[in-house]
Amino acid sequence: MTEFIQQPWPWYIAGPLLGLIVPMLLLMGGKLFGVSSNFRHACAACMPGNIKFFQYDWKTSGLWNMVFLAGAIGGGFLGGWIWGNPEPIALSQQTVTDLQALGISDFTGMMPADLFSWENLASLQGVVVMIVGGFLVGFGARYAGGCTSGHAISGLANLQLASLLAVIGFFIGGLIITHVMYPLLF
Amino acid sequence: MKNNLKYLLAGLFFGFVLVKSEVVSWFRIQEMFRFDSFHMYGIIGMAILTAMISIQLIKKFSVKDLEGAPITIPPKDSRQVTRYLAGGILFGLGWALTGACPGPLFTLAGAGYGIMLVPIASAILGTWVYGALRPKLPH
Repeated sequence: MTEFIQQPWPWYIAGPLLGLIVPMLLLMGGKLFGVSSNFRHACAACMPGNIKFFQYDWKTSGLWNMVFLAGAIGGGFLGGWIWGNPEPIALSQQTVTDLQALGISDFTGMMPADLFSWENLASLQGVVVMIVGGFLVGFGARYAGGCTSGHAISGLANLQLASLLAVIGFFIGGLIITHVMYPLLF
Repeated sequence: MKNNLKYLLAGLFFGFVLVKSEVVSWFRIQEMFRFDSFHMYGIIGMAILTAMISIQLIKKFSVKDLEGAPITIPPKDSRQVTRYLAGGILFGLGWALTGACPGPLFTLAGAGYGIMLVPIASAILGTWVYGALRPKLPH
């Protein structure tokens, strides 16, 4: 039983289950699936300052979403900590070879320990990957009005041209980092 | 708060699926941006398709939510081309660096990767700076 629940899921099982979050939230209370709004709610709750963008009642519009996010942390704990997959991810050999050439040596777990560690925060590489990367995720998601959940899933599923533009942007940015920046950063 | 309990359950389901699908993995995101595997494209594609069919059914049958209110989805303003492309590119840069979008950042923290608190704090700061610069940015 434990072995069964530790297994990773194939795309054709995981994809539809992920998509079901959209109708689930709509049916529960007419809520739109979008995770990055929570960063805005956090700003509105803790440090709104004199900024107009953060002057709103975050409890009315966002408390449900923060509760949803708390659940997502719990889901990560159950699926990744309690019943985590003990095996390394079955990556394509090409990706493994390319990442090894960049200097990644540890392929266990979900994140490369070579990059994501407290020690690596003392290096330029660690600062760029963790701090600059996080900053761009927050800044970019709000500028674009949504992230992977709000645009790539909710927005494209609702046939929004705006979301298609945003997703094209996501890929331009991702390809620049992967193929131009990473070879320079390692 | 009692009203919000159902969202906690939905979030638990979301986080569990994110881990089991390996969508939270920096390795899987790299594989996607290198076009080396169908895995991520299959997941995102199937998720969009499932959500699309669900939304069409909800609209067609004018389904109401659990609280009895009609379900409406406000359209996004597609005239603001600059914000979607520029914001999208900046987000994409961050997505490939951290290997995680906002949901996975939190799910990874829950899965024991405490180091993800660093990009989470940084993302909140990024959001705050966007809020401060918003009147000056082209949209």
